[in-house]
Amino acid sequence: MAHIFFAASIQRHVAMPEREIHARTLGEALDAVFAGEPRLRGYILDDQGALRKHLAVFVDGVRVRDREHLSDALGEASRVYVVQALSGG
Amino acid sequence: MSDRLLVATRKGLFVLHADGKDGWSLGEPDFVGEPVSMAMHDPRDGTLYAALNLGHFGVKLHRRRAGSADWEECAVPVYPPQPADEPQSAAASNGGADALGRPPAPWSLQQIWSLEPGGADEPGVLWAGTIPGGLFRSEDGGDTWTLNRALWDRPERREWAGGGYDAPGIHSVMVDPRDSRHVTVGVSCGGVWQTDDGGATWRITAEGMEADYMPPERRGEANVQDPHRVVQCPANPDVLWTQHHCAIFRSTDGAAHWRRIEAQPSSFGFAVAVHPREPDTAWFVPAVKDQYRVPVDGQFVVTRTRDGGRTFERFSKGLPAAPAYDLVYRHGLDIDDSGTRLAMGSTTGGLWASGDGGESWRLISAHLPPVYCVRFG
Repeated sequence: MAHIFFAASIQRHVAMPEREIHARTLGEALDAVFAGEPRLRGYILDDQGALRKHLAVFVDGVRVRDREHLSDALGEASRVYVVQALSGG
Repeated sequence: MSDRLLVATRKGLFVLHADGKDGWSLGEPDFVGEPVSMAMHDPRDGTLYAALNLGHFGVKLHRRRAGSADWEECAVPVYPPQPADEPQSAAASNGGADALGRPPAPWSLQQIWSLEPGGADEPGVLWAGTIPGGLFRSEDGGDTWTLNRALWDRPERREWAGGGYDAPGIHSVMVDPRDSRHVTVGVSCGGVWQTDDGGATWRITAEGMEADYMPPERRGEANVQDPHRVVQCPANPDVLWTQHHCAIFRSTDGAAHWRRIEAQPSSFGFAVAVHPREPDTAWFVPAVKDQYRVPVDGQFVVTRTRDGGRTFERFSKGLPAAPAYDLVYRHGLDIDDSGTRLAMGSTTGGLWASGDGGESWRLISAHLPPVYCVRFG
């Protein structure tokens, strides 16, 4: 079971406690989360389903590579962190 | 006369109320800390709308029903799947670049730049002009949105170039009070477009506008024009005013033809307001020119014409003395239905109101966040 965490800055808009998910890829994990909270999708992905420009996702400490199709693989006990990049003032 | 003023800023939405003594009370903002790109009051049912542009999490739309104290998030326009063969870069093909040769923007919502109610006979209908150039329509008060494909699929749309922002956008949407199917939109940079059939077909109507930033042989092309803001006189919708990148333009024939107007101290600016019943009367907030987007000689003024642009009066009473470097953006100036009450906000956080047709102004605050939109309602 992968474990997915959303940064507090995201939860300010849409609450999403950390949770365990059966998923083989990042895309599957996010789909499972969005199934329970559809409103979160637009906060994380853009209109074409890609990761928003100013967000980053780390799987086991490594930044994901496929921001467009979200195909990065998850392991049995992967820890997935969805965080915001820093920008603006 | 409108007694409520919506002020959308980089750090929240301020809703002000007239205090009955020629002043306005400024309370705590909604959405504090968040960029609010546009606000709207729906005169048909009293709902307020606020479009947010969250830097990290995208564009959001919230609404507050009449009589309610609570905002609720509703749907935002979402662009349809981008075709795989859609050009992704200027190098991809000759058709892949905008009019200035830059790569096209992805089909993804960047900003709600304009938001307007449909006609009085169309309850629930909303129009949203967006960056990167899509016009969206809702028929249910923001529960769902549909991209107007007729305009989006026009070959000229691919040529639209960024003006105010890197990607092109629709900043002005005007619904004809005589016929709700007749809608006019202003595009930076893509001229002025109109539909007579509720959006099924579109025609470009920017003849007479001049884009001095283009090579001489292309300056008159309709689709390269950069109208910063277009407004329509409610009592005489065949009269439209445009504060264009290169001058002021006015049409008296429903935008079929535009006439160039040069004003003093400058013809450059972003904002324009037209009197609700007097089509010859309009207000502007001039800046030096495109390379110097500050007031001329540091003297912040509002200008008014009452003769269709032949002459302009210049007003500074109540406005800060020079040097003042306030700039009023395209949605930063508004007039109410009385025709005497105006308000404006600047990118340096100044907010002023006038009760005498712009001849004198009263400072409401000099310390707001950068103001994107000021709107009565």
